[in-house]
Amino acid sequence: MIQEPLITQSTDPTGRPLLAVEHLSKWYGPVQVLRDVFLEVATHERVVICGPSGSGKSTLLRCLNGLEPHQAGRIVVDGTELTGSAAALEAVRREIGMVFQSFNLFPHMTALENCTLAPIWVRKMPPTDAQDLARSFLARVRLSSHAHKYPGQLSGGEQQRVAIARALCMTPKIMLFDEPTSALDPEMTQEVLDIILGLAGTGMTMICVTHEMGFARRAADRIVFMDHGAIVAQGTPDQMFDNPQSERLTTFLSQILKHPSQGRLG
Amino acid sequence: MAIEAPGVSNTVDDPRPLSSPQPTPGSDLDRRFRRNVWLTWLFLFALLGVVFHGLHLDFSYVGQKLPFLLGLRLAPDGFIQGAALTILVTVCSMFFALLVALITALGRLSRNPLVFGVATFYASLFRGTPLMVQVLIIYLALPQVGIVLGAMTSGLIALSLNYGAYLAETIRSGVMAVPAGQREAARALALPRWVIAWKVVAPQALRLIIPPAGALFVSMLKDSSLVSLMGLWELNFLAQSYARATYHYMEMLITAAAIYWSMSIAFELVQLRLERRFGRGVVSVGRH
Repeated sequence: MIQEPLITQSTDPTGRPLLAVEHLSKWYGPVQVLRDVFLEVATHERVVICGPSGSGKSTLLRCLNGLEPHQAGRIVVDGTELTGSAAALEAVRREIGMVFQSFNLFPHMTALENCTLAPIWVRKMPPTDAQDLARSFLARVRLSSHAHKYPGQLSGGEQQRVAIARALCMTPKIMLFDEPTSALDPEMTQEVLDIILGLAGTGMTMICVTHEMGFARRAADRIVFMDHGAIVAQGTPDQMFDNPQSERLTTFLSQILKHPSQGRLG
Repeated sequence: MAIEAPGVSNTVDDPRPLSSPQPTPGSDLDRRFRRNVWLTWLFLFALLGVVFHGLHLDFSYVGQKLPFLLGLRLAPDGFIQGAALTILVTVCSMFFALLVALITALGRLSRNPLVFGVATFYASLFRGTPLMVQVLIIYLALPQVGIVLGAMTSGLIALSLNYGAYLAETIRSGVMAVPAGQREAARALALPRWVIAWKVVAPQALRLIIPPAGALFVSMLKDSSLVSLMGLWELNFLAQSYARATYHYMEMLITAAAIYWSMSIAFELVQLRLERRFGRGVVSVGRH
C-alpha cells in the first residue's frame, strides 16, 4: 500500500516541498529499476529509505543529484527541475550534499584539502575562509586533530566522518547518505551514526539509505520501504516497525532483524 | 613454496604486487636490505672496472676525446654534438611526444567515432612499424615525393610520433585506472569538469603514469642514437667515428655506453622525485 506522504514539519512559507519526485522511472537497458516513484521531502524532514538489496534505494538516491539520469518523471529540488541541462545539474548539486558507502575521499589530498576543494572552486571562497570553514566542520565531526592527514592514514570511520564534513562544507540544503556505514567494521559504525544523528538534531533535511534499523527508528521522521524499484510502504517509524501494513515489509523486517550483521534494532 | 616477505600488502591502494620482495620501508630489515643492495652494486662496479683495466685500454685516448663525446666542444659546422645533441634531441622529442600523446589519449577516451578512429589508427600504425623504418621513410623516402626535411627535423618527427603512440596508451590506462567513485564524488560536489580533470583525476592518474612514462623516456634517450643514421653528430655517431679513425673501438664504445648509462640514471632520479611528489597520500607502512 502506498500512503500519502507525511508533510508535517514544512517550514517553507510557500508550503512547497524542498524535494519533489513525481512518477520517476528508470531503466538499465530493458530492466526497469525504478517504477513510478513518488516522494516529497519537506524542509527539516529526515527520511530513511530501506528495503532489500536491488530494490532501487541507492539508484533513487543517485537520481536525486543527477549522478544517474532518469528516463521518465520529474525531480524538483528547491524549485529547480533536474533536466538534462548542465545549469540545472550544477544548481541542484550545489544544494545537495552526498555521502557514499565507500567514502570516495580524494586520496591525494589531506582531510582539510578534501573539505576546501568545493568551497574554493564552486563557491569561489578565498582559500583562508574555506580553511576556516573546513576546520569548523572537521571539529563538528570530531576530527580537528586529523585535518593534516591523508585519507589513507585514517580509519574507515574517520574517513566517512571526513566525507560528511566535506559535504557539509558546501552548506547544502539536503544531505543524501547512501549506506554510510555498510563498508565499516561494527565498532566504527556507531561513531558515524552518532555524527549523523547529531546532524539530524540540528534540523538538516536528510535522506538516508541504511540497514541500521535502530538508527532509523531514532533518527527518522519517516521511513520509506522500497521493493523491486517501487515504494511499497511508508510511514513513521512506529507505524512501520510496530504495525507494518505490508506483507513484504513484514518479511523484510523479520529477515533483517534476524541477521545482526545486516541490521540492528538498537 | 612462495616465501612471503614481511610487511608486503596487497590492498587496492598498494600498487606493489604481492610477490614484491622489498621489505617494509623504514624497518631494520629494510635498512639491511638497502645496505646490501648498495654493497652488491659497488662490488659489480668494481668487477667491471677490474675487467676493463685488464684489457689494457688506451685511456689517454678516451681522455682526449671525452670533451667531444660529451659535447663540450662544438662540431666543425658550429652545431652542438655528442651527448649534448643527444640530450637536445631527447628533450625536444619528449616535449612533442607528450603533446601528441595527450591529444591521442583524449581521442582514445572520446565517444566520437571519428576522433576515436583517428586516435586508434595513428597509435596502431606507429606502434606496429619499426622506429628505424619510420626514421628512414621520413628522411630518405619523403624527398622522393618532394618533401625534404632536415636531419634534425626528421629525427624529432619520427621520435615524437613513435613515442607519442606508446605514451598515449600509458596515459589512457592511467586515466582509466582512477576509480569511478572519485569522479562521482567530485560531480556530487558540483565541481566543474575542468576542476575534476585537473584536481581530482590528473594527480591520481599521474601517479600511475609516471613510472611507465619514465621507462619510455629512458628508452627514447637511447633510441635517439637512430638520428645518427641521418648524419647527426650525436653521441653514438661520434663514438663510432673516433673508433673507426684510430681503431679504438673498445675505448670509444665503452665511453659512449657509460655516458648513456649516466644520463639514464639522471633521468631515473628525476622520475623518482616525480613519483614521490605524486605518491602523496598513498599508504606505505612506516613512512608517516
